[in-house]
Amino acid sequence: MEHTDHPHAAPAGEHPGAHAQGQQHPLGIYFKIWALLFVLSAASYMVDYMHVQGLLRWTLIIVFMLLKAGLIVSVFMHMLWERLALVYAILVPPLLLMVLLGIGALEADYTLLTRGAFFAPEIKQPAPPGH
Amino acid sequence: MATHDATGTAAPLPRPGPWQSIVADVSSDQRAFKGVPWGKPMMWIFLLSDTFIFGSFLISYMTVRASTTVPWPNTSEVFSLMMFGRNVPLLLIAIMTFVLISSSGTMALAVNFGYRRDRKTTFMLLIATAALGATFVGMQAFEWYKLISEGVRPWGNPWGAAQFGSSFFMITGFHGTHVTIGVIFLIIVAVKVLRGDLDQERPGFLTGRRGNYEIVEILGLYWHFVDLVWVFIFAFFYLW
Repeated sequence: MEHTDHPHAAPAGEHPGAHAQGQQHPLGIYFKIWALLFVLSAASYMVDYMHVQGLLRWTLIIVFMLLKAGLIVSVFMHMLWERLALVYAILVPPLLLMVLLGIGALEADYTLLTRGAFFAPEIKQPAPPGH
Repeated sequence: MATHDATGTAAPLPRPGPWQSIVADVSSDQRAFKGVPWGKPMMWIFLLSDTFIFGSFLISYMTVRASTTVPWPNTSEVFSLMMFGRNVPLLLIAIMTFVLISSSGTMALAVNFGYRRDRKTTFMLLIATAALGATFVGMQAFEWYKLISEGVRPWGNPWGAAQFGSSFFMITGFHGTHVTIGVIFLIIVAVKVLRGDLDQERPGFLTGRRGNYEIVEILGLYWHFVDLVWVFIFAFFYLW
Protein backbone atom coordinates (compact mmCIF):
# COMPACT_ATOMS: atom_id res chain seq x y z
CA MET A 1 0.00 0.00 0.00
CA GLU A 2 2.64 2.50 -1.00
CA HIS A 3 0.03 4.77 -2.50
CA THR A 4 -1.31 5.77 0.89
CA ASP A 5 1.52 8.16 1.69
CA HIS A 6 -0.49 11.20 0.66
CA PRO A 7 -2.13 13.62 3.08
CA HIS A 8 -5.69 12.69 2.19
CA ALA A 9 -5.36 8.95 2.57
CA ALA A 10 -7.82 8.52 5.38
CA PRO A 11 -8.91 4.88 5.25
CA ALA A 12 -12.60 4.23 5.69
CA GLY A 13 -12.28 3.93 9.44
CA GLU A 14 -15.68 2.74 10.54
CA HIS A 15 -15.96 0.13 7.80
CA PRO A 16 -12.76 -1.88 7.53
CA GLY A 17 -14.09 -4.01 4.71
CA ALA A 18 -12.16 -6.10 2.26
CA HIS A 19 -12.09 -3.18 -0.23
CA ALA A 20 -11.27 -0.39 2.16
CA GLN A 21 -8.30 0.89 0.13
CA GLY A 22 -10.50 2.95 -2.20
CA GLN A 23 -9.93 6.63 -2.81
CA GLN A 24 -11.31 8.43 0.24
CA HIS A 25 -10.79 12.15 0.67
CA PRO A 26 -12.46 14.89 2.71
CA LEU A 27 -15.62 16.26 1.14
CA GLY A 28 -14.37 19.85 1.26
CA ILE A 29 -11.94 19.39 -1.61
CA TYR A 30 -14.75 18.28 -3.94
CA PHE A 31 -16.85 21.32 -3.13
CA LYS A 32 -13.88 23.63 -3.64
CA ILE A 33 -13.04 22.11 -7.04
CA TRP A 34 -16.70 22.16 -8.00
CA ALA A 35 -16.93 25.88 -7.24
CA LEU A 36 -13.68 26.51 -9.08
CA LEU A 37 -15.00 24.69 -12.17
CA PHE A 38 -18.10 26.89 -12.10
CA VAL A 39 -15.97 30.02 -11.88
CA LEU A 40 -13.72 28.88 -14.74
CA SER A 41 -16.71 27.97 -16.93
CA ALA A 42 -18.27 31.36 -16.26
CA ALA A 43 -14.95 32.99 -17.11
CA SER A 44 -14.66 31.16 -20.43
CA TYR A 45 -18.26 32.07 -21.24
CA MET A 46 -17.48 35.70 -20.45
CA VAL A 47 -14.68 35.56 -23.05
CA ASP A 48 -17.38 35.09 -25.69
CA TYR A 49 -19.93 37.37 -24.05
CA MET A 50 -17.49 40.30 -23.83
CA HIS A 51 -16.43 39.75 -27.47
CA VAL A 52 -12.76 39.35 -26.66
CA GLN A 53 -11.08 38.75 -30.02
CA GLY A 54 -7.77 37.73 -31.51
CA LEU A 55 -4.79 36.31 -29.69
CA LEU A 56 -6.13 37.21 -26.25
CA ARG A 57 -9.34 35.24 -26.92
CA TRP A 58 -7.47 32.10 -27.98
CA THR A 59 -5.05 32.34 -25.07
CA LEU A 60 -7.85 32.75 -22.53
CA ILE A 61 -9.88 29.90 -24.03
CA ILE A 62 -6.89 27.54 -23.93
CA VAL A 63 -5.87 28.56 -20.40
CA PHE A 64 -9.36 28.12 -18.94
CA MET A 65 -9.79 24.84 -20.82
CA LEU A 66 -6.51 23.39 -19.54
CA LEU A 67 -7.23 24.52 -15.97
CA LYS A 68 -10.66 22.88 -16.04
CA ALA A 69 -9.32 19.69 -17.60
CA GLY A 70 -6.49 19.55 -15.06
CA LEU A 71 -8.83 19.98 -12.10
CA ILE A 72 -11.24 17.31 -13.36
CA VAL A 73 -8.50 14.77 -14.05
CA SER A 74 -6.40 15.39 -10.96
CA VAL A 75 -9.11 15.73 -8.30
CA PHE A 76 -12.42 14.33 -9.58
CA MET A 77 -10.71 11.41 -11.31
CA HIS A 78 -8.24 11.07 -8.41
CA MET A 79 -5.13 11.19 -10.61
CA LEU A 80 -3.42 13.27 -7.91
CA TRP A 81 -3.39 10.28 -5.57
CA GLU A 82 -2.91 7.46 -8.09
CA ARG A 83 0.27 5.40 -8.48
CA LEU A 84 2.85 7.25 -10.54
CA ALA A 85 3.15 4.36 -13.03
CA LEU A 86 -0.60 4.55 -13.71
CA VAL A 87 -0.48 8.34 -14.04
CA TYR A 88 2.25 8.16 -16.69
CA ALA A 89 0.66 5.17 -18.45
CA ILE A 90 -2.50 7.21 -18.96
CA LEU A 91 -1.30 10.79 -19.38
CA VAL A 92 1.72 10.30 -21.67
CA PRO A 93 0.13 8.43 -24.65
CA PRO A 94 -2.34 11.25 -25.49
CA LEU A 95 0.68 13.44 -26.22
CA LEU A 96 0.95 11.40 -29.44
CA LEU A 97 -2.08 13.36 -30.59
CA MET A 98 0.26 16.35 -30.89
CA VAL A 99 1.87 14.54 -33.86
CA LEU A 100 -1.53 14.13 -35.49
CA LEU A 101 -2.20 17.79 -34.72
CA GLY A 102 0.99 18.80 -36.51
CA ILE A 103 0.21 16.59 -39.51
CA GLY A 104 -3.33 17.98 -39.64
CA ALA A 105 -2.09 21.56 -39.51
CA LEU A 106 0.39 20.96 -42.35
CA GLU A 107 -2.23 19.19 -44.43
CA ALA A 108 -4.79 21.93 -43.88
CA ASP A 109 -2.24 24.56 -44.82
CA TYR A 110 -1.44 22.74 -48.06
CA THR A 111 -5.11 22.19 -48.90
CA LEU A 112 -5.87 25.87 -48.37
CA LEU A 113 -2.93 26.77 -50.58
CA THR A 114 -4.07 24.55 -53.45
CA ARG A 115 -7.67 25.67 -53.07
CA GLY A 116 -6.47 29.24 -53.24
CA ALA A 117 -4.50 28.44 -56.40
CA PHE A 118 -7.28 26.55 -58.20
CA PHE A 119 -10.40 28.28 -56.93
CA ALA A 120 -8.90 31.73 -56.72
CA PRO A 121 -12.05 33.75 -57.55
CA GLU A 122 -13.81 32.36 -54.52
CA ILE A 123 -11.12 33.37 -52.09
CA LYS A 124 -10.74 36.85 -53.60
CA GLN A 125 -14.31 37.84 -52.93
CA PRO A 126 -14.32 40.33 -50.06
CA ALA A 127 -17.74 39.31 -48.71
CA PRO A 128 -18.83 35.75 -49.55
CA PRO A 129 -22.51 35.22 -50.28
CA GLY A 130 -24.84 34.58 -47.42
CA HIS A 131 -22.81 36.31 -44.76
CA MET B 1 16.42 5.87 4.21
CA ALA B 2 18.66 2.79 4.16
CA THR B 3 19.21 2.51 7.89
CA HIS B 4 18.90 -1.25 8.02
CA ASP B 5 21.07 -3.81 6.23
CA ALA B 6 18.65 -5.99 4.36
CA THR B 7 20.32 -9.33 3.85
CA GLY B 8 17.45 -11.80 3.79
CA THR B 9 14.41 -11.51 1.57
CA ALA B 10 12.17 -11.28 4.59
CA ALA B 11 13.65 -7.97 5.71
CA PRO B 12 11.69 -4.88 4.66
CA LEU B 13 13.15 -3.18 1.62
CA PRO B 14 13.72 0.58 1.61
CA ARG B 15 10.81 2.51 0.28
CA PRO B 16 11.49 3.15 -3.43
CA GLY B 17 11.56 6.64 -4.87
CA PRO B 18 9.05 7.76 -7.54
CA TRP B 19 11.06 6.52 -10.51
CA GLN B 20 11.96 3.23 -8.86
CA SER B 21 8.26 2.70 -8.18
CA ILE B 22 7.47 3.20 -11.87
CA VAL B 23 10.20 0.77 -12.93
CA ALA B 24 9.05 -1.73 -10.33
CA ASP B 25 5.44 -1.44 -11.47
CA VAL B 26 6.18 -1.74 -15.17
CA SER B 27 8.63 -4.62 -14.78
CA SER B 28 6.66 -6.49 -12.13
CA ASP B 29 5.55 -10.05 -12.57
CA GLN B 30 1.89 -10.80 -13.33
CA ARG B 31 0.50 -7.53 -12.07
CA ALA B 32 1.36 -3.88 -12.68
CA PHE B 33 -0.13 -0.99 -10.65
CA LYS B 34 -0.03 -2.91 -7.35
CA GLY B 35 -2.78 -2.09 -4.93
CA VAL B 36 -5.01 -0.57 -7.62
CA PRO B 37 -8.22 -2.55 -8.20
CA TRP B 38 -7.95 -4.00 -11.70
CA GLY B 39 -11.20 -2.47 -12.89
CA LYS B 40 -9.77 1.02 -12.56
CA PRO B 41 -6.80 0.62 -14.95
CA MET B 42 -9.17 -1.15 -17.36
CA MET B 43 -11.55 1.81 -17.36
CA TRP B 44 -8.59 4.18 -17.69
CA ILE B 45 -7.30 2.27 -20.73
CA PHE B 46 -10.77 2.40 -22.29
CA LEU B 47 -10.88 6.14 -21.62
CA LEU B 48 -7.43 6.45 -23.19
CA SER B 49 -8.74 4.87 -26.39
CA ASP B 50 -11.75 7.19 -26.22
CA THR B 51 -9.35 10.11 -25.87
CA PHE B 52 -7.86 9.14 -29.20
CA ILE B 53 -11.29 8.95 -30.82
CA PHE B 54 -12.34 12.40 -29.63
CA GLY B 55 -8.85 13.71 -30.29
CA SER B 56 -9.11 12.53 -33.89
CA PHE B 57 -12.53 14.17 -34.24
CA LEU B 58 -11.33 17.49 -32.89
CA ILE B 59 -8.16 17.42 -35.01
CA SER B 60 -10.08 16.60 -38.18
CA TYR B 61 -12.45 19.46 -37.28
CA MET B 62 -9.40 21.72 -37.01
CA THR B 63 -8.15 20.47 -40.38
CA VAL B 64 -11.41 21.11 -42.26
CA ARG B 65 -11.91 24.47 -40.58
CA ALA B 66 -8.37 25.61 -41.37
CA SER B 67 -8.49 24.46 -44.99
CA THR B 68 -11.82 25.90 -46.11
CA THR B 69 -11.84 29.04 -48.23
CA VAL B 70 -15.39 29.89 -47.13
CA PRO B 71 -15.76 31.68 -43.78
CA TRP B 72 -16.76 29.56 -40.81
CA PRO B 73 -20.23 30.28 -39.35
CA ASN B 74 -20.09 32.48 -36.25
CA THR B 75 -20.92 29.99 -33.46
CA SER B 76 -21.65 32.83 -31.07
CA GLU B 77 -24.60 33.83 -33.27
CA VAL B 78 -25.59 30.37 -34.46
CA PHE B 79 -26.05 29.09 -30.91
CA SER B 80 -27.65 32.22 -29.48
CA LEU B 81 -31.11 32.15 -27.95
CA MET B 82 -33.78 34.84 -27.81
CA MET B 83 -34.25 35.69 -24.15
CA PHE B 84 -36.14 38.70 -22.77
CA GLY B 85 -36.38 40.21 -26.21
CA ARG B 86 -32.69 40.09 -27.06
CA ASN B 87 -30.20 37.61 -28.44
CA VAL B 88 -27.97 36.10 -25.75
CA PRO B 89 -24.93 34.45 -27.38
CA LEU B 90 -24.22 30.78 -26.64
CA LEU B 91 -26.82 30.76 -23.87
CA LEU B 92 -27.95 27.17 -24.31
CA ILE B 93 -24.36 25.93 -24.52
CA ALA B 94 -23.44 27.79 -21.33
CA ILE B 95 -26.39 26.25 -19.48
CA MET B 96 -25.43 22.80 -20.81
CA THR B 97 -21.88 23.34 -19.55
CA PHE B 98 -23.10 24.24 -16.07
CA VAL B 99 -25.49 21.27 -16.02
CA LEU B 100 -22.68 18.88 -16.93
CA ILE B 101 -20.28 20.34 -14.36
CA SER B 102 -22.97 20.06 -11.69
CA SER B 103 -23.45 16.41 -12.61
CA SER B 104 -19.69 15.89 -12.30
CA GLY B 105 -19.81 17.36 -8.80
CA THR B 106 -22.66 15.11 -7.67
CA MET B 107 -20.82 12.14 -9.18
CA ALA B 108 -17.66 12.91 -7.22
CA LEU B 109 -19.72 13.11 -4.03
CA ALA B 110 -21.47 9.83 -4.89
CA VAL B 111 -18.10 8.04 -5.11
CA ASN B 112 -17.14 9.48 -1.73
CA PHE B 113 -20.39 8.47 -0.03
CA GLY B 114 -20.17 5.05 -1.66
CA TYR B 115 -16.89 4.31 0.08
CA ARG B 116 -18.53 5.43 3.32
CA ARG B 117 -21.17 2.72 2.74
CA ASP B 118 -23.90 5.37 2.84
CA ARG B 119 -26.34 3.63 0.51
CA LYS B 120 -29.19 6.11 0.61
CA THR B 121 -27.05 9.20 -0.07
CA THR B 122 -25.04 7.42 -2.77
CA PHE B 123 -28.25 6.39 -4.50
CA MET B 124 -29.70 9.90 -4.34
CA LEU B 125 -26.49 11.43 -5.70
CA LEU B 126 -26.28 8.90 -8.53
CA ILE B 127 -29.88 9.55 -9.50
CA ALA B 128 -29.22 13.31 -9.37
CA THR B 129 -26.25 12.78 -11.67
CA ALA B 130 -28.38 10.72 -14.05
CA ALA B 131 -31.10 13.39 -14.02
CA LEU B 132 -28.61 16.14 -14.83
CA GLY B 133 -27.13 13.96 -17.59
CA ALA B 134 -30.59 13.36 -19.04
CA THR B 135 -31.23 17.12 -18.89
CA PHE B 136 -28.05 17.66 -20.85
CA VAL B 137 -29.07 15.16 -23.52
CA GLY B 138 -32.51 16.77 -23.71
CA MET B 139 -31.00 20.20 -24.27
CA GLN B 140 -28.71 18.77 -26.91
CA ALA B 141 -31.70 17.23 -28.67
CA PHE B 142 -33.35 20.66 -28.61
CA GLU B 143 -30.18 22.20 -30.05
CA TRP B 144 -30.10 19.63 -32.86
CA TYR B 145 -33.78 20.23 -33.57
CA LYS B 146 -33.22 23.99 -33.69
CA LEU B 147 -30.23 23.76 -36.02
CA ILE B 148 -31.83 21.19 -38.32
CA SER B 149 -34.98 23.31 -38.64
CA GLU B 150 -32.76 26.29 -39.50
CA GLY B 151 -31.31 24.29 -42.39
CA VAL B 152 -28.04 22.88 -41.05
CA ARG B 153 -27.15 19.61 -42.77
CA PRO B 154 -23.95 17.57 -42.77
CA TRP B 155 -23.36 18.80 -46.34
CA GLY B 156 -24.25 22.47 -45.92
CA ASN B 157 -25.79 25.29 -43.97
CA PRO B 158 -27.09 28.81 -44.65
CA TRP B 159 -24.22 30.68 -42.97
CA GLY B 160 -20.92 29.55 -44.46
CA ALA B 161 -18.53 26.61 -44.68
CA ALA B 162 -20.31 23.33 -45.40
CA GLN B 163 -17.96 21.47 -43.05
CA PHE B 164 -19.63 23.16 -40.08
CA GLY B 165 -22.59 20.80 -40.18
CA SER B 166 -20.61 17.58 -40.47
CA SER B 167 -18.24 18.57 -37.68
CA PHE B 168 -21.12 19.64 -35.45
CA PHE B 169 -23.21 16.50 -35.90
CA MET B 170 -20.25 14.17 -35.63
CA ILE B 171 -18.65 15.68 -32.53
CA THR B 172 -21.73 16.56 -30.49
CA GLY B 173 -23.50 13.41 -31.65
CA PHE B 174 -20.69 11.20 -30.44
CA HIS B 175 -20.48 13.09 -27.18
CA GLY B 176 -24.25 12.90 -26.67
CA THR B 177 -24.11 9.15 -27.24
CA HIS B 178 -21.51 8.90 -24.51
CA VAL B 179 -23.69 10.91 -22.13
CA THR B 180 -26.70 8.71 -22.94
CA ILE B 181 -24.75 5.51 -22.27
CA GLY B 182 -23.47 7.12 -19.06
CA VAL B 183 -27.02 7.85 -17.89
CA ILE B 184 -28.02 4.20 -18.45
CA PHE B 185 -24.86 3.05 -16.65
CA LEU B 186 -25.65 5.45 -13.77
CA ILE B 187 -29.18 4.14 -13.34
CA ILE B 188 -27.98 0.52 -13.31
CA VAL B 189 -25.35 1.24 -10.64
CA ALA B 190 -27.79 3.38 -8.62
CA VAL B 191 -30.25 0.47 -8.47
CA LYS B 192 -27.45 -1.88 -7.42
CA VAL B 193 -26.43 0.50 -4.64
CA LEU B 194 -29.99 0.89 -3.35
CA ARG B 195 -30.65 -2.87 -3.39
CA GLY B 196 -27.50 -3.43 -1.35
CA ASP B 197 -25.84 -5.56 -4.04
CA LEU B 198 -22.52 -3.91 -3.36
CA ASP B 199 -22.66 -4.29 0.43
CA GLN B 200 -23.64 -7.96 0.20
CA GLU B 201 -21.18 -8.62 -2.64
CA ARG B 202 -23.92 -10.12 -4.76
CA PRO B 203 -22.69 -11.29 -8.18
CA GLY B 204 -23.51 -9.02 -11.10
CA PHE B 205 -26.03 -10.17 -13.72
CA LEU B 206 -23.57 -9.82 -16.59
CA THR B 207 -20.10 -10.59 -15.29
CA GLY B 208 -20.96 -12.65 -12.22
CA ARG B 209 -18.29 -10.79 -10.27
CA ARG B 210 -18.95 -9.91 -6.68
CA GLY B 211 -20.23 -6.39 -6.18
CA ASN B 212 -18.18 -3.77 -4.37
CA TYR B 213 -18.04 -0.01 -4.20
CA GLU B 214 -15.16 0.22 -6.65
CA ILE B 215 -17.70 0.07 -9.47
CA VAL B 216 -19.07 3.42 -8.31
CA GLU B 217 -15.61 4.95 -8.65
CA ILE B 218 -15.11 3.29 -12.05
CA LEU B 219 -18.47 4.67 -13.19
CA GLY B 220 -17.29 8.02 -11.85
CA LEU B 221 -14.19 7.86 -14.04
CA TYR B 222 -16.38 7.36 -17.10
CA TRP B 223 -18.72 10.18 -16.13
CA HIS B 224 -15.94 12.67 -15.40
CA PHE B 225 -14.38 11.78 -18.74
CA VAL B 226 -17.62 12.73 -20.50
CA ASP B 227 -17.43 16.08 -18.72
CA LEU B 228 -13.76 16.37 -19.64
CA VAL B 229 -14.50 15.86 -23.33
CA TRP B 230 -17.18 18.54 -23.13
CA VAL B 231 -14.59 20.97 -21.76
CA PHE B 232 -12.58 20.51 -24.95
CA ILE B 233 -15.61 20.63 -27.26
CA PHE B 234 -16.84 23.78 -25.53
CA ALA B 235 -13.46 25.46 -25.98
CA PHE B 236 -12.65 24.40 -29.53
CA PHE B 237 -16.02 24.07 -31.23
CA TYR B 238 -18.22 26.65 -29.53
CA LEU B 239 -15.84 29.34 -28.29
CA TRP B 240 -13.04 29.32 -30.88
